[in-house]
Amino acid sequence: MLHRKTISKGLKRSVRWMAMILLPLALAACSNPDRFGDGTNSVDLQPAIGAQGDPSDPTSIAYFNASVGDRVFFVVDQSSLTPQAEAVLVSQANWLAANPAYDALIEGHADEQGTREYNLALGARRAAAVQEFLVSQGVSPSRLTTVTYGKERPVEVCSEERCYERNRRAVTVLRAAAGLGS
Amino acid sequence: MDLQRLSRLFLPALLAVALFQSGGVTPAQAQNGPLRIEITEGVIEPLPIAVPVFVAETPQSADLARRLSDLVAADLEGTGLFRAIPRDAYISTPASFDAPVSYADWKAINAQALVLGSVRVGSGGRMTVKFRLFDVFSETALGEGLQLGGRESAWRRIGHKLADQVYSRITGEGGYFDSRVVFVSEEGPKNNRRKRLAIMDYDGAGAAYLTDSSALVLAPRFAPDGSRILYTSYETGLPQVYLMDLDTLRRRALSDQPGTMSFAPRFSPDGSKVVYSLTQGGNTDLYSAPVRGGSPTRLTSAPSIETAPSFSPDGSQIVFESDRSGTQQLYVMPANGGEARRISFGQGRYGTPVWSPRGDLVAFTKQNRGRFHIGVMRLDGSEERLLTASFLDEGPSWAPNGRVIMFTRESSGAAGGAALYSVDISGRNLKRVPTPAGASDPAWSPLLK
Repeated sequence: MLHRKTISKGLKRSVRWMAMILLPLALAACSNPDRFGDGTNSVDLQPAIGAQGDPSDPTSIAYFNASVGDRVFFVVDQSSLTPQAEAVLVSQANWLAANPAYDALIEGHADEQGTREYNLALGARRAAAVQEFLVSQGVSPSRLTTVTYGKERPVEVCSEERCYERNRRAVTVLRAAAGLGS
Repeated sequence: MDLQRLSRLFLPALLAVALFQSGGVTPAQAQNGPLRIEITEGVIEPLPIAVPVFVAETPQSADLARRLSDLVAADLEGTGLFRAIPRDAYISTPASFDAPVSYADWKAINAQALVLGSVRVGSGGRMTVKFRLFDVFSETALGEGLQLGGRESAWRRIGHKLADQVYSRITGEGGYFDSRVVFVSEEGPKNNRRKRLAIMDYDGAGAAYLTDSSALVLAPRFAPDGSRILYTSYETGLPQVYLMDLDTLRRRALSDQPGTMSFAPRFSPDGSKVVYSLTQGGNTDLYSAPVRGGSPTRLTSAPSIETAPSFSPDGSQIVFESDRSGTQQLYVMPANGGEARRISFGQGRYGTPVWSPRGDLVAFTKQNRGRFHIGVMRLDGSEERLLTASFLDEGPSWAPNGRVIMFTRESSGAAGGAALYSVDISGRNLKRVPTPAGASDPAWSPLLK
């Protein structure tokens, strides 16, 4: 079951706090984004500078990834959202409300501790949990699609919990909204 | 991609097989008791066997004769059931294919079985290979003589067929050497893995690529006749099940349901249906669809994960994994859906069940206390045996005779990679299968025709 919370002032503070600690993580992730739809099976190592806009421009993808936070993390074998994850998603929903020029693809991922098929199904659950939460926060379902990568696209490569906890994630990947051109 | 090689591999009517009965050779008789390896009892001591270099009946066939006999010996030794006696220990070597067998010379070095062969290469690269198998201690032929014909380029297949003859005549089981494996070839670091489909002989020879690595591909599965494969590809961006013809490499999506994700496909034993997982709204259930196209039938409707389906050899039932109990476990249900009964009850989690081609066992992946195992159990869940243990073993695939299992073993850490391994169902003879690069998700073909 999804665990939902109403936004309190305290939570808003924790959102800002989360954004601060997520910033370095997101920047680190920028060198290795799990980008979708680049036409290759490989990860885009160095996206052209400026392709995601100016990170100081609050309407840019770069700002979303770095300052709002493009990803949430999950407990082992779970797809329910942690309070921290919900806080990030509230910010994502707010940002999407303010930036209708973007749609989002939500990628669900699992760590390597599991069989391939099960992890695909688990990644799909995680992506769906994020999608449902964003919709509950007012994002139009038509702007959101999901994909699972199972354990196929880790961002961290060690075989320890400190890596696994970064790989059990759902990433909100922004794209130009359908009909608005790119 | 080596398409030229591939098309040669798939030319039909590769082999003309003829039985011949030569004078004085009689089928094996139970004089001193038949020569027989009982695989089920678990072989500790391999059977000593002599495979002299085949007789070259034409000067240009000498090299081929050596390669063929070496391949037969390697196939047999690779099972762990046989030990090829080193040729420098032989007391005599056969002067000709038809010469009387000097049984005393083979008894003296304790060869239990003797494989004799001859090779002739004719015009146009056609070769003719003759074969006989003898039970040394009862001084009888084991089965009839055999003559195989084919183009010289097909020598490996002929060698594998001869080894299959030896294996099945001595063990009483079907062989598995003349078979192929489709798998996912993997290159690049763990966080930038490039995957493409590849095919090779069961022993790793002749690997050729079936796709490039532009789209992520997963878990190919053979059709029962070996001519086509199912697999999962991300070429549209979402994981979807594809069907590929191995002769032409043409492929098509199995079904076109926008916005859905499908994976974990497997053929029905008659090749007419595909059972697979389909995910909608985050929920994964099992479906069945006609291969020729048409609307899918939903087999399960539960909020839990239902995946990794595999048909029974008679097509009447499906074994699959589900977390409906809270953790991944194995279930069996009728092939059209309906009530499922749980069959796994041990410690830990069970996934990727595959029904044995003999129908007697299910192979699975088990996770317990941070380790992964390949195991087998009966269909009622009894007699569970774990065959392997490692950081990450998964995805068993049965040899055509149901006696050997190939699977993926992934090593841990930043430099970790995937490789193919095989093990027999008694847990012996664990070994790595050679592949050109990293490899995962093996699927063993049926025995080739």
